[in-house]
Amino acid sequence: MRDRLIFAGQLGFTLLVAAFLVVPVLLSISAGITVNYFRGIQSGVTLQWVAQVWGLYKGEIGLSFLIAFATLAVTLVVGVPAAYGLHVRGGRLSRVIEEIITLPLAIPGLAIALALLLTYGGFGGFRQSWLFILVGHTVFTMPFMVRSVMAVFASVDIKTLDEGAASLGASPWTRFCNVIVPNALPGILAGSLMVITLSLGEFNLTWMLHTPLTKTLPVGLADSYASMRLEVASAYTLIFFIMIVPLLVAMQMFADKGEKQ
Amino acid sequence: MAGTARPRRRLCNCYLMPTQCLPATGAPTSAMSHRSFIWICLLPLVLVTVAFFVLPMAQLVAVGADGPRGAGAYLAILTEPRYRATLINTVLLATATTIATLMIATIAGLFLQRHRFPGRAVLIAMLTFPLAFPGVVVGFLIILLAGRQGLIGAITLALAGEKIVFAYSIFGLFLGYLYFSIPRVILTIMAAVQKLDRGLEEAARSLGASPWAVQRDVVLPALVPAFVASGAIAFATAMGAFGTAFTLATNIDVLPMLIYTEFTLAANFAISAALSIGLGVIAWAILALARSMTGGTVAAAG
Amino acid sequence: MNAITGHGAAVHIIDCGKTFPDGTQALAPASLDIIAGETLVLLGPSGCGKTTMLRIIAGLETPDAGGRILFDDTDVTAIPIEQRHVGMVFQSYALFPNMTVAENIGYGLKIRGVGKADRAARIAEMVALTNIGGLENRRIDQLSGGQRQRVALARAVAVRPRVLLLDEPLTALDASLRDRLRSELNRLLRSLGITAIYVTHDQAEAMELGDRIVVMRKGAIAQIGTPRDVYFQPQNRFVAEFVGAANIVEGPIAQGRLSLPGGWLALSDAADAAAAVAMIRPETIGLVAEGGASLCGTVESVSFIGDRQRVIVTGAASKPLTIDAPNGINVEIGQRVGLSVASAAVRVLPKED
Repeated sequence: MRDRLIFAGQLGFTLLVAAFLVVPVLLSISAGITVNYFRGIQSGVTLQWVAQVWGLYKGEIGLSFLIAFATLAVTLVVGVPAAYGLHVRGGRLSRVIEEIITLPLAIPGLAIALALLLTYGGFGGFRQSWLFILVGHTVFTMPFMVRSVMAVFASVDIKTLDEGAASLGASPWTRFCNVIVPNALPGILAGSLMVITLSLGEFNLTWMLHTPLTKTLPVGLADSYASMRLEVASAYTLIFFIMIVPLLVAMQMFADKGEKQ
Repeated sequence: MAGTARPRRRLCNCYLMPTQCLPATGAPTSAMSHRSFIWICLLPLVLVTVAFFVLPMAQLVAVGADGPRGAGAYLAILTEPRYRATLINTVLLATATTIATLMIATIAGLFLQRHRFPGRAVLIAMLTFPLAFPGVVVGFLIILLAGRQGLIGAITLALAGEKIVFAYSIFGLFLGYLYFSIPRVILTIMAAVQKLDRGLEEAARSLGASPWAVQRDVVLPALVPAFVASGAIAFATAMGAFGTAFTLATNIDVLPMLIYTEFTLAANFAISAALSIGLGVIAWAILALARSMTGGTVAAAG
Repeated sequence: MNAITGHGAAVHIIDCGKTFPDGTQALAPASLDIIAGETLVLLGPSGCGKTTMLRIIAGLETPDAGGRILFDDTDVTAIPIEQRHVGMVFQSYALFPNMTVAENIGYGLKIRGVGKADRAARIAEMVALTNIGGLENRRIDQLSGGQRQRVALARAVAVRPRVLLLDEPLTALDASLRDRLRSELNRLLRSLGITAIYVTHDQAEAMELGDRIVVMRKGAIAQIGTPRDVYFQPQNRFVAEFVGAANIVEGPIAQGRLSLPGGWLALSDAADAAAAVAMIRPETIGLVAEGGASLCGTVESVSFIGDRQRVIVTGAASKPLTIDAPNGINVEIGQRVGLSVASAAVRVLPKED
């Protein structure tokens, strides 16, 4: 009997917490498809707000995807070989490098954005292009890619596999292509999902780095929250959810799979 | 009786080697050593990091000391009453967020990991899916919950005839940070609970400990590393979070908002640089401390 | 290297030492010549430097300045492993999880640009040789430990290496499988006629597989010799005790006799000494009647271990002697027995500090 009560109490509490997280999302979704949120759902269901958002903000949404995939490309090309180098080389220097590239996880995005602005703000062409935002996103997401790949390296004993391939005559570059990358694939995929998700949702850095011509999806969101009616802001949030939730689900599935192994 | 070498049989090699021996090296052109290959792997990362992180951060430090106050700008965060009040405000808010998140996540995490019931997977999914919502979106969700057109306002209006609105106050920001932190802390604690040795609890019970005593003496102490790690993340994140504060508000005095207004509105580069460095050092120090205490890797979330 | 002698190379290790960056010396400078086609076993406890020696030969570690490695007459010291044309079997096998069994075996051939048809033929040959027929298309994680071991061997041998290097290849397996694979490996190494260098800490493996054994201790070579040499003629106490079971006895030598507390032992050829140390293998001591025996003692325990019985006798030497006796002999605890040892079976060891 007492166990039952404890169970019911804990379940009730957990449901309450879940409601705190889920109810606002449901409110936002319903507001985004309601004709008039103030009058409630009986005023009718509509996609006009979604269409309006698409019309107003498709540039921002497009740019966000461009930046997200460009960030992914840079973190893959730079991060995957570096993860291999750091893992195989080991030693103090590697630890120092790893520590430094991980710092952007601890330092608030605002500080990094200020630092970039104060250093490169004077380079007009660069400052005004989307590449400036790309740089910020790269600095911020790089540690996720590098660490995700390094975690896999540590679990499959990549160093011995590398030596095995070398003993069979493969040159460093051949080994990297035939053995290192294929065996790092789970980490590369997990890191890629993470990079895309973080880049699409990044606001702290981006708000400081953007210009009127280089607005991203979250910058547009903040814009709409400040200046648009609630239904439009909600419809925009709804679009963001539709984009980000599949990525989150994929990431969660990955984590579960990794745990089972 | 010793020293006789045993006969060595050597079977016909032709069975095993029908073709000529293979060349000793596959590609003699690839004379690059493994060492230099590793450096080539590391070089792009080092270049990118130095150019776009190390140099800018150094510049930030330099700018912070380059204003009318000189290096004294770094002390302003403590000496100037307005900045000091903001700092204290921010630390208190982050502390409150951390404690509340840990309590909520521990109760929910222990419950979810220790019981199997229909709908459990859905409940876990509901508690963890907001993991990567950016701060701005969280701010908007708090507005929908407790803002002028919010659900709580509507309910209190209907029940008590008075509309309660607190999204734009510091309590709204607290709720926002809570919303942001709960998913990742629950995940950490659930993982830690899963690794707990159930034998310890059974041993405590065999010694006569009540369920409460088992929780207090065995389970909670074993979860301390997870509390430290996830608590540090929640704290550092709450210190530096900008998106939520930006969406909610206009008038909440927290460090990130102060930096933002000093930079964009007052164009006070030196002070905003010095304050950012201060904020960065606090966040980094908390995480480094937690890491040295737990031996694990701890990182804040955007 | 030519088709008639197979393709095994002689390996010359000249003054190769290894000091790690933190200052620890894993291997004192050592020289060693390995004859083309022989199986040489590096034997020793963990941390004795045997794996470091193997990795230097492989090209995975560079020796300290002054050290050189020659394959036949070619100096390969500066050549990276991928161009040394060795075959290597790793303790963890290092099979590529992203490739099938056949792809693993064929990888070295693919790297060398061997055509698809030739490759398939060679893979089939290796599969037959190592008895892994039917597993060609399996993934590595679908294999048992023993199967993995065979695939690792097939992969290393497929490229017809000049030197085959094996780093504790059986250690990861359980005992019964280890025994079976050991004799299979023996058959294979003999039939290949390849130069093989085999690292192990297991003296039974070393005895069965080695043409010669190099016993190593604390980064230095303790003895080099055939298995029989090392077993019957150990050059020091460490080798005597590490390779097989040994009774170590101490006493003065005079007139060709070693005096012990329970009597004396005849020696075949030994100078007089005030304090000498000698080794006797347990199976070389015979149990005889007390009367007329030069050495006597009391049976302390008898344990039956299947093919023989192990008898512990006290009083004969300063420490209890272990004797492996045939099951037919009937002794009881507390019984006085005589011990007979052939003079050739008593090995006087050189004095150590």
